Amino acid sequence: MMKEKKSLMKNPSFQSILTSLICIVLGLLIGYIVLLLINPAGAGEAIKTILINFLSRTSGAAKMKALGNTLAKTAPLLMCALSICFCYKVGLFNIGAPGQYEAGACIGLYAALAWNLNWCLCLILAAVAGGIIGAISGVLKAYRNVNEVISGIMLNWIMLYLTNMVLSTKAVKDPASPYTIKLASGNPNAVIPSAGLNKLFANNTTVTIAIPLAILFAILIWVILSKTKFGYELRATGFNKEAAKYAGMKEKQNIIVTLAIGGALAGIGAAFLFLTGYQEWSTTQTSVPGMGFNGIAATFLGGLHPIGTIFASFFIQSITDGGALINKSVYPSQISDLISSLIIYLCGFVLFFKFAINNWIGRKDKGGPNVNAEPVKDGAAKSEGGEK
Amino acid sequence: MDAPYAIEMVNITKRFPGIIANDNITLQLKKGEIHALLGENGAGKSTLMSVLFGLYQAEEGVIKKDGKEVKINNPNDANDLGIGMVHQHFKLVQCFTVLENIILGVESTKNGILQMDEAKAKVKALSEKYGLQVDPDAKIEDITVGMQQRTEILKMLFRDNEILIFDEPTAVLTPQEIDELMQIMKNLKAEGKSILFITHKLNEIKAVADRVTVLRRGKGIGTVDVASTSKEEMSRMMVGRDVNMVVEKKAAKPGDVILKVENMTVASKLHSNNAVKNVSFEVHEGEIVCIAGIDGNGQTEFVYGLTGMEPLVDGKITLCGEDIIKESIRQRSRNMSHIPEDRHKHGLVLDYPLEYNMILQRYFQQEFTTKAGFLKRPEIRDYSEKLEKEFDVRSGQGPITLARAMSGGNQQKAIIAREVDKEHKLLVAVQPTRGLDVGAIEGVHKNLIAERDNGRAVLLISLELEEVMNVPDRILVMYEGEIVGELDPKKTTVEELGLYMAGAKRNVFIDANTSEIEESESVDTAKGKEEA
Repeated sequence: MMKEKKSLMKNPSFQSILTSLICIVLGLLIGYIVLLLINPAGAGEAIKTILINFLSRTSGAAKMKALGNTLAKTAPLLMCALSICFCYKVGLFNIGAPGQYEAGACIGLYAALAWNLNWCLCLILAAVAGGIIGAISGVLKAYRNVNEVISGIMLNWIMLYLTNMVLSTKAVKDPASPYTIKLASGNPNAVIPSAGLNKLFANNTTVTIAIPLAILFAILIWVILSKTKFGYELRATGFNKEAAKYAGMKEKQNIIVTLAIGGALAGIGAAFLFLTGYQEWSTTQTSVPGMGFNGIAATFLGGLHPIGTIFASFFIQSITDGGALINKSVYPSQISDLISSLIIYLCGFVLFFKFAINNWIGRKDKGGPNVNAEPVKDGAAKSEGGEK
Repeated sequence: MDAPYAIEMVNITKRFPGIIANDNITLQLKKGEIHALLGENGAGKSTLMSVLFGLYQAEEGVIKKDGKEVKINNPNDANDLGIGMVHQHFKLVQCFTVLENIILGVESTKNGILQMDEAKAKVKALSEKYGLQVDPDAKIEDITVGMQQRTEILKMLFRDNEILIFDEPTAVLTPQEIDELMQIMKNLKAEGKSILFITHKLNEIKAVADRVTVLRRGKGIGTVDVASTSKEEMSRMMVGRDVNMVVEKKAAKPGDVILKVENMTVASKLHSNNAVKNVSFEVHEGEIVCIAGIDGNGQTEFVYGLTGMEPLVDGKITLCGEDIIKESIRQRSRNMSHIPEDRHKHGLVLDYPLEYNMILQRYFQQEFTTKAGFLKRPEIRDYSEKLEKEFDVRSGQGPITLARAMSGGNQQKAIIAREVDKEHKLLVAVQPTRGLDVGAIEGVHKNLIAERDNGRAVLLISLELEEVMNVPDRILVMYEGEIVGELDPKKTTVEELGLYMAGAKRNVFIDANTSEIEESESVDTAKGKEEA
C-alpha cells in the first residue's frame, strides 16, 4: 500500500497535476483571506462566484452565454500559453509573447479594416507579424547573445506604442472613440466564422472556430515536440545547447526558428481575440495587454505540457471572468483583478512546489537507487517524463 | 591506553534503495601512516568518504577518533575533528592569491581588518617544514596545477588538520609533479600526519602507501600491507578477476592517409591568443595516433577545430582526400566519429532517454525518421536495444532510462557504441577513459584497437600516461599548442614522455618558410639516452 502511494508520487504526470492543484488551492486561500480582510461578510460568496464563474448566472441561456464568453477569451490565452510553452521546451523564456501578441493585433486589425482582407488572410498576416517580432529576439539571442527576456520586454513596449500609432490611422480607428472600428460594421468578412458554434452558446456570436482551432494548435504543438525530428532537435537544443552543436544541429538557427514560431502562435492568439469581434483595440492604452503575461501562468499551471495548457488556460480565464462578477457594492471594483492576479501569481509557483515534492520524496529515500546519477537540473526535466 | 588508530570506521553500512553502497566496511587509519583506499568507480569509496565527512549518516557502524566514538553530522564536525580533504577538483578562488585562499574562512582580524602578516608567516613556516613550495602572493589563475594542489594541502595544514584525505590527487599532474607529490606525502607522514589516499592507480599505492583497503561493489575486500602484496594481487582484489595490465594488440598495419592536418591554428576562447599553433600531422587507416600532453595545452581547442565546433584561424584539414575546412559539423561527421572530452557537456543530452541519445548523430537519417519528419519510435527502440547488447551498456530501464540516471561508465559506453557503430573512417576519441574504472578502461581500449584493426584511423587524445604508453602506435606530444615531439611508444619511456609534456624537450621543429616538419637530431639522442 505504502509502496503504491510512493510510486504514484514519483510519477511526473501525477506530480504535475498535484502541484497545479496545490497552487490553485493556495491562491484561492490567499484570495479568500484578502476578501476577509476587506469585508468578512461577503467573502464566502465572492470566492464562490470567482470559482464557479458562469454557473453563478441565473438562467441556463445566460450560463451558456457566459461560458461562451469565457471560451472566446480562452482561445487567445491558450495561444499565448502555447507560445511560451513551446519556447520553454527549447530552453527559451518567451516573455516577449505580449509584444508578439500586439504585433498580431496590429497587423490583423489593420489588414481587416484598411485592406478589407478576409479573416483567413488577416489571421495569416497576424501570425507572420508575431513571428517577425519573435525572430528579432531570436536573432539577437543567437548572434549577439542578448537575453531573450530583456529584448522581449523591450519589444513589448515598442510594439504597444507602435500598434497604438498604426491603429490610430483614419482607416481603422473609430473617430468617435479611442477604439478601432467594430469589425461587424467595418469588414464582416474579417470576422472568424462561427460555423454554428454560436448556436450552442445561446447565440453568442463571439464563439467561433477560433476555440477548436486553438485546441488543435495545442495538439499540433504536442505532436511536433514529442513525435517529430524537428521537435527532437529543438528539445535537444533546449536541454543541452552544447550537445546539440556537437551533434551537428544548427543551434543558432533553432533558436531563431523557435522564437519565430512562438511569436507566430502569440500573433494568432491576438487574431483569435480581435477577429472574433469580442473587443476592439483601444488606441490609448498605456499598458502591455495582460494576455501574454497570463500565458506564462497558464504554461506553468499546465505543467509545461501543451495539453495541460488547454485546461490551465480555461481555468485562468474562468477565474478572471468570475472575478468580474463579484458584488461591486460590497467590494471595490479592482478586487476582481486583485484576486485573479493573486491566484495567477500563485500558479507561477508550480515548479517550486514540484521541486519541494521531489525533495521530500528524495529525503525519504535518500537519492534513489543510483548513487552515480547526476542531479536533475530543473523542473523541465521532470515534466519530460510525463510525455512518454 | 593510547589508541593506535587516528580514525576508525567500524562496520559501516550505508544503504540506498535497491543498493547497499557500503556493506559492513571497516577502515582503520593508523596514526602516521599512508593508507590507500582502492576501488573501482561505484565501489563505494565516495559514499564511505561522505559518511566520514558527515554528508551521509551510516545506518550501522561507528566512527571512532583516537579510540573514542564520535558523531559526525555535517562537514563542520569533520573539520572540528581535524579531518581535511584535497578534492580532485580544487576548491580555490581563481582571482585570490595563494595566501588569501589558504586563510579563507579562518581569517584573523583586528578591528575588522585582516591580519595578513601573521598568516603569511605561518604559511611560510609550514611550506618550509613540509617542502611545499608556493608563492603566497601569486594569484591562483597564474600558477601551475601542481602549485594549486600544494595550496590545497597548505589549506589543510593551516587549519592544523591531522587526518588528510587526498581524493585522486594525481589525475591532473605531470609525472614529475606526481613524484613531487609523493615526496610531499612522505614528508607529511614523517611529521606525524595520517593520510587517506583515494586512488585507482596501483603504481602510486606501491610508491607511497603503507597499507591498502580494497573495496569492491560496496564490500570491504580486505586490508593488506602494500610491501608484501603485488600489483596483480591488488588489482585482482579490486576487480574480482584477473585484469590484463598490458593492452594486447597486434602490430599496426597503416594504410592510406585518412586525416591530414596542415598548419592548423585555432584561437583560444579563454585568452586572446592562439591555443593551437601551426599543428601538422597525418593519421593513416589502421593506426592509432595519440596526442599526449598535460591538460590545457591546446588539446581541447585542437579537437574543436578538427570537428568543426570552432573555426580555424589558419590551416588546412584533409579528411579522406577532401578539404573539410568549409564543411559543417554534420558534413564532417559523415567520415568522422567523435567521442567528446566532456560527456555531460557535449556527448549526451542528459535529460533525454538512452534511446534518444543513441541516435543523436543519426536521428535525421531515413532509418530513424520518416519522409514526413516523424521519428520512427519502434526502429529507434530496436536500434538502442541492439547497441546496448553489443556494447554491454547497462541501465536501469533499458532504452527509456534517462541518460542522467546512468553511471559514468555506462554513459561512456553508450557514447562509444553510438560513435563506433555509425559510419566513419576516422574516430576522434578525446580522453575516452576519463573517470572510468579499470574494468571499463580495458573495454574502451579493446574498442579502440578493434577500430584500428577494422581499418579505421584512430586519433586518441589522452592525458593518462599508462594509456599513452600502451594503446597508440605513434605518440605526438602537444605542449602550449604545438606538437613538440613525435615518439614511438615501444621505444620511449615514461620519463622521457614527461620531459616532452613539461616542455623541457622537443624534437619537432617547424620551418616557417616551407612549413614542413623536420625531425632534428635530438630524436636520435633521445632514443639513445633511453636505451642507456
